[in-house]
Amino acid sequence: MAKVVPGVLKGLGVTFKELTHTVTPKRLGGGPATIQYPHEKEAPPIRARGVIALHEGNCTVCMLCARSCPDWCIYIEGHKEKAPPRRPGGKPRTVSALDRFDIDYALCMYCGICVEVCPFDALFWSPEYEYSEPHIADLLHDKEKLGEWMETVPEAPELEVGADKKKK
Amino acid sequence: MSLGVVIPYWGQTIFRALGVAVAVLIPAGTAVYLYLFKMVSFMQSRLGPMEAGPYGSLQLFAEVGKFLQKEDLHPDNADRFIFKAAVFVVFLTVFLIYLAVPFGPFAVFADYSTGIFFAIAVSSVSVLGILMAGWSSANKYSLMGGLRAAGQLIAYELPLSLAVIGVVIQAGTLNMQGIVAAQVNGEIFGWGGIGFPYILTQFLAFVIFLIAAQAELTQTPFDMPIAESELVAGYMTEYSGFRFLLFFIAEFASAGAFAALAATLYLGGWALPGVSLDASWMNVVGPLVLFTKMLIIMGLIFFVRFTYPRFREDQLQRFAWKYLIPIALVNIMVTACFKVAF
Repeated sequence: MAKVVPGVLKGLGVTFKELTHTVTPKRLGGGPATIQYPHEKEAPPIRARGVIALHEGNCTVCMLCARSCPDWCIYIEGHKEKAPPRRPGGKPRTVSALDRFDIDYALCMYCGICVEVCPFDALFWSPEYEYSEPHIADLLHDKEKLGEWMETVPEAPELEVGADKKKK
Repeated sequence: MSLGVVIPYWGQTIFRALGVAVAVLIPAGTAVYLYLFKMVSFMQSRLGPMEAGPYGSLQLFAEVGKFLQKEDLHPDNADRFIFKAAVFVVFLTVFLIYLAVPFGPFAVFADYSTGIFFAIAVSSVSVLGILMAGWSSANKYSLMGGLRAAGQLIAYELPLSLAVIGVVIQAGTLNMQGIVAAQVNGEIFGWGGIGFPYILTQFLAFVIFLIAAQAELTQTPFDMPIAESELVAGYMTEYSGFRFLLFFIAEFASAGAFAALAATLYLGGWALPGVSLDASWMNVVGPLVLFTKMLIIMGLIFFVRFTYPRFREDQLQRFAWKYLIPIALVNIMVTACFKVAF
């Protein structure tokens, strides 16, 4: 019994300390851990997996992302186009043009395999998270919308000191 | 004693019925908002309800509205009459305890000469309601919960009553008004500044009373009867809607009732030192004084509830029989010796 009592009082002390910390105003170093979301916005960490953004110019319609997606939620359509040759007198080049790049966020499970697998850095993680829709079909976003999210992609941190950063 | 106005008997009855409803619901509602919604949230670095009314103060009405909208279900194999009546037995207990608690010189529902005996006696009736609920639900979790509740409530009734005996010996009366008067008229070595609240001499009994009340209320270190991780919700498993709401209110209302008992027995009740016990304005101030003391004691009860994890069933029984009851008996003997000596 004598051994139990100090621990019991210590337990009360822990909850009481947390209580006083929560009711202390923010400017005095207290406050709750809660962020009252619609009234104040949370700042997610820069590598948070909020939404996948598309840098259209980098995409070569290689389909690697669509093939590697476990949920099959990426829809890509493209066609070949003739482009002017690099050197005068050369053969016209063939380039791929992107017609459609849709991600269905109702299916996406935010695994990030598409971002990892993209060989030309066309896909990026953005911490943006406010894109819920009242209708589930409206979560299918096209390449224009995915392009808009590129603005919310923060500058990537270097993976180790002195290494190159991932370019947007 | 007379109030100067003559109220017919039926008028008094209505007045008392409304009064006891207010006396039951106001402390219960305050405790739910202040402690269940807010204090526990702060202890977990949360804010609790903030959207319904200023600082979520109207959340309680939203909750009541939610429960009232739900369907009042009962299982097919349930003993329907007992199942539906059980919650009212539990609720009745709370009303009966409040009957004996004095709120002011005349503001008392029934001034029994053995008031505290009555209050402790009727507080045991709730175990009947809980057993009824557990048995009639035709559900193994409910049955286990009901049996656990019965074992626990009977085990902790004893220290609760024994803790009260110390106060009764010191006051020399079983009448609650008499206990209040004895405390407010008492003097500490000739100094009567704060009267003589029995918490000073009966601190041990006060602690035992609070621990036993915690177990009687099945609040968390003693919440085996409704242990949600083992028994779903114990005897409340099959209840929904209105009847679940009544069980929920009864839990907090009986916390208020035990807090009122503790405040009257150990903290001096409604009386203020230095004020005549017959002053008629104390009928208004007295309830507020008692309410403040009740809130402090309920705060202690919920503070403990939100701090500790649950006991094991055998630890619970051992704690009551091996520690609380012997300590309470020693306390009675010491009190009796001092009473004879002085």
